[in-house]
Amino acid sequence: MKLEELAQQTGEWMRGNGPESDIVMSSRVRLARNLADFPFIRKCTPQDRAAIAAAVRRAIDALPLGSETEFVDVSKLGDLDRQFLMERQLISHELSEAEGARAVILDPHERFSIMVNEEDHLRLQVMQSGLDLETAWKRMNELDDLLESKLTYAFTKKLGYLTACPTNVGTGLRISVMLHLPALVATKQIEKVFRAFSKINVAVRGLFGEGSQFMGDLYQVSNQMTLGKSEDQILQRVSEVIPRLIEYERKAREFLVEESRDDLHDHVSRALGILCTAKKISSEETMHYLSKVRMGVNMGLIDSVAIPTVNKLFMHTQPAHLQKLCGQKLSVSARNTERANYLHQHLSENGGADPKRN
Amino acid sequence: MKCQHCDKTATFHITELTHPDGPAILHLCEEHARTFFNQEGPAHPASALTNLLSKQLKLEKVTEELANVDKKQCPMCGITFAEFRKGGRLGCPYDYIAFEDDLEPLLINIHGATTHSGKAPHNLSGTPQRQFRLKQLKEEMKDAIQKEQYEVAGKLRDRIASIEQGELLENDDPESPLADDDFQSEPLEPPSDPQST
Ligand SMILES: [Zn+2]
Ligand SMILES: [Zn+2]
Repeated sequence: MKLEELAQQTGEWMRGNGPESDIVMSSRVRLARNLADFPFIRKCTPQDRAAIAAAVRRAIDALPLGSETEFVDVSKLGDLDRQFLMERQLISHELSEAEGARAVILDPHERFSIMVNEEDHLRLQVMQSGLDLETAWKRMNELDDLLESKLTYAFTKKLGYLTACPTNVGTGLRISVMLHLPALVATKQIEKVFRAFSKINVAVRGLFGEGSQFMGDLYQVSNQMTLGKSEDQILQRVSEVIPRLIEYERKAREFLVEESRDDLHDHVSRALGILCTAKKISSEETMHYLSKVRMGVNMGLIDSVAIPTVNKLFMHTQPAHLQKLCGQKLSVSARNTERANYLHQHLSENGGADPKRN
Repeated sequence: MKCQHCDKTATFHITELTHPDGPAILHLCEEHARTFFNQEGPAHPASALTNLLSKQLKLEKVTEELANVDKKQCPMCGITFAEFRKGGRLGCPYDYIAFEDDLEPLLINIHGATTHSGKAPHNLSGTPQRQFRLKQLKEEMKDAIQKEQYEVAGKLRDRIASIEQGELLENDDPESPLADDDFQSEPLEPPSDPQST
């Protein structure tokens, strides 16, 4: 599997077809694991790092997993490839920028990835489209069982799985759900809603651009504590919160429609118009307008574009993807032109933005 | 405005809504903003953790005591508590044993708990205590070889091999800190209720 092939496809978790996928982009589960025979990463020698990568590779090759996955030596990848894998959320920034032996094991369908020599020796992650934490955890548990049959993890009965940072010790489990909450942002309720959630130990983060919501109104909700609660309890905790957020977002959307359906329709249609007709556009601006289009499609105000297309564009218009897709390195300015072309092409293919033009 | 982590212009202004001290605003360039978003969970970035550590230690300990805690060193990997405090990352699994008393208040602060509940691997031999015992035995063996005590060295070698092959360590050596391995006999349970948050 070449990374170029990966660039062409849409990962399983980006298909936008899971439960509640009009609001929930993806569900993610990750486990932190360390091999008992080695120090944690900060005290690893270059030889230790290489030995860890080799041990993990041997373990995976001894499983059916070995023939189904791709072992990618991240230390041999160039800047563009590493950024590409980061944009795809298959590797972290920490793994991308680290020195020495490190790797990622990729499932060709992007349902899971395993980072080797990140903050912990192993970071397993399972991704699922829409809201489906139970399936994600079930698959993660199976993956963990498989690896554990070949590797000896650092573990004590008292503290559970031992991790480089005490914030992950215990289950090593982090569950996160990415939500698209444009109406809560538009109605300025988002902070209030999340502040209420902080009291129940669920962490939320969002990205804002200058003066407006340039990062696509995307928010990530995850558990904060990993020790003292079982995996099922942690799953339960996050699962209880999400439906309430979804309900708040739906109410906010209803409110926007009631307030003025015409204004809202105008707003999302203009966003689509800009994406279709711009000649140069930055990735932040693209996300900003794609977010509005996504809401417009999900609310039945825009019918010329499908959600999988919008999700694909969220990913394909990011800098490294754009360069991978056109097969060459581009300057920022050239990227902005290429991005505008790409958007124009793909939004028109899907019936076009402007019905009068067809 | 410049990015908090580099000299580029900050184009992203991120609000951490559930920051422990109320909403916190971060100013980041595009690259660092992506980094930030790619980490899972805001839980506790290294800097937040080190802040928490220094605050907590200052509250609980007088300067002299603090200096003593900082000097504590893990016999396995050599990391000092001060080094951990600065970087927010431990050096090896045995640190959880070596710094047990000093980590406990931190664990309560982060997790509201001090004991694991949940999944365990089928293979329970990956304890730091076992790794520590192996290290001790290997050093003893090296010593014996240097002193040309080959019979002793041979016995040690066999002992190491059987431990590496998964022999249980119970009743192995009362000197080795094995009590921790069995949390039933663990006397350090704090009186606080781990459910309280
Ligand atoms: Zn920066
Ligand atoms: Zn250590």
